[in-house]
Amino acid sequence: MRGRSPALTLTLEGLQALLAELRRQGYSLLGPSLVQGDFGHREIRGVADLPRGVGMEQEAGTFRLVFREDAELFGYPVGQPSWKPVFFPPSRLVWQAVRSAGGWEISLPREDLPPVALLGVRPCDLAAMEVLDRVFLRGPYVERSYQARREAAFIVAVNCTRPGGTCFCASLGTGPRAREGFDLALTEMVTGEGHWFLVETGSDAGRALLETVPHRQATAAEVEAASRALAAAAGRMGRHLEMVGLKEHLYENYEHRHWAEVAGRCLTCGNCAMVCPTCFCHHLEDSLNLRGDRASRRRVQDVCFTVAHSYIHGGSVRPTPWSRYRQWLTHKLATWQEQFGCLGCVGCGRCITWCPVGIDLTAEVAALRRGETPPAKRE
Amino acid sequence: MPRKKPKLAVWKFTSCDGCQLSLLYLDDELVELAECVEIAYFPEASRRRLPGPYDISLVEGSVSLPEHLEEVQRVRRLSRVLIAFGTCATSGGIQALRNFTDVGDYARLVYERPELIPVLAESTPISQHVPVDLELQGCPPHRGQVVAAVAACLHGAPPPRTPASVCLECKRAGHICVLVSRGLPCLGPVTQAGCGALCPGCHRPCYGCFGPKETPKTSSLARWFRERLGAKEAELVRAFRLFYANAPAFRLESEAHEEPPRPG
Repeated sequence: MRGRSPALTLTLEGLQALLAELRRQGYSLLGPSLVQGDFGHREIRGVADLPRGVGMEQEAGTFRLVFREDAELFGYPVGQPSWKPVFFPPSRLVWQAVRSAGGWEISLPREDLPPVALLGVRPCDLAAMEVLDRVFLRGPYVERSYQARREAAFIVAVNCTRPGGTCFCASLGTGPRAREGFDLALTEMVTGEGHWFLVETGSDAGRALLETVPHRQATAAEVEAASRALAAAAGRMGRHLEMVGLKEHLYENYEHRHWAEVAGRCLTCGNCAMVCPTCFCHHLEDSLNLRGDRASRRRVQDVCFTVAHSYIHGGSVRPTPWSRYRQWLTHKLATWQEQFGCLGCVGCGRCITWCPVGIDLTAEVAALRRGETPPAKRE
Repeated sequence: MPRKKPKLAVWKFTSCDGCQLSLLYLDDELVELAECVEIAYFPEASRRRLPGPYDISLVEGSVSLPEHLEEVQRVRRLSRVLIAFGTCATSGGIQALRNFTDVGDYARLVYERPELIPVLAESTPISQHVPVDLELQGCPPHRGQVVAAVAACLHGAPPPRTPASVCLECKRAGHICVLVSRGLPCLGPVTQAGCGALCPGCHRPCYGCFGPKETPKTSSLARWFRERLGAKEAELVRAFRLFYANAPAFRLESEAHEEPPRPG
């Protein structure tokens, strides 16, 4: 059962006890970590492994960590890695085959993965998991390896009180407060009362876990303080995306002159799609050993920016960079809705920050909205 | 009665031999290679030289000496499948830096008797002289790619291709972008994959040693380096004029940042 319960309060020691309990229950705990100046998600043991007082300055094409004096453990929005690789590994063995006297013997890899607990999943990334669930679990075919990984995961979300320069979840309603899809959701507060967390439970598993560690009912003042912090965060988004009428506008402007303008900058390197928490494109890669008696097939994460991605008999359907950028953006913001009943964008801003030349989805959409749509308003 | 093993030849033109060494570094797979093919001509590895024709020829190095013009034709005639491998064989190599100047100036500067150094004015890829069946880019190409190419020839599988950017391999490996997060002038976004994002994985920017990727937008990346990372024009010339200096995309980009020659 998922659904909201009255808010509770957890101390820093309480959080440590909670993480220890998750590990005691056999979860492999993945959380934010800083190694050689690189922020990512790695296996952690507890609160002591979390970076403290870390912030992020993000602009189009630029990311810098900043180090503050405060004690906040989650005082930043999102870094380059999303949680997508946990459920959708960038390279996964699909099958392997060995040739014997009797012919080819095909075997599937065993995937006995320990259940993972994810700490610090932001509301935009939770929304992205919901999008990928629609893609991999709710269509006519279910992706079994995704399903196995997804169902085994315990999710501790963290709401965002410090959005970044390229964030726009508030425009899409996907943040800065998590609404569903978590087992536990924390709002970190450092106030005169000390360092504490407002906790919401989103599942029976979350409630059960919380029962094992010290906690108490939140006071009205605590709930109010957390709400104020999140409301303030919603007002401090670095970017904004106007969605009203956007789908129709994109459909009516396939030949908008701005597509060619973007193509003058777009490297077709594919970084935007690689860091996107919802892009799920991949290709199958076959390999054969020299003796020709061992073969394997891997599923490898791919992007719609390569020429090969749209290759069909006789050539590529999207040979030009501008047609590839148009495909990506239009899919994320328009055709995805026809395909999966939701947007392919969650407002995390990664495609903006991690574009090597700072191409900004929100700015490109704003430019595309200016002008064109001629022939008699295209109905 | 076992089938006769296909004959493999490994040729060298102007190069550092690193690509051939990467074959010798195959370790276990080298044994497997020797089982699957007759290594008929590979002077760097063996004195034994069997006569041609050869089923598969791996060609290292660029055409840069007068005698190469004949030799490359002979190699082509002797080879059923010709695979050009490495930066030199697929683009001209570092020695193609001479293509941007008068090679005679270098010879006169370095050698006491430059007339004894008969070199061609330009260092050029194998494909500029004879038809090539497959090109494997890289300095050196990843050994896995070389094995995959030979396996493809032996068993009729499609040859390995990685024409897209290094960034794809970099992100798959989970490396954090050195260009965006450290402001380093990384050529990964315009460079062909295949290396496994070796340099960015060590917090170094990509130097483009696998050459231009498909549809490389070098002008946009150079503009970003100049306007946002503060790169000087001379630095942009050097960035693109290195391993793949002679590849058309990198060549044009480096020339675009050269100072115009002074009048007089």
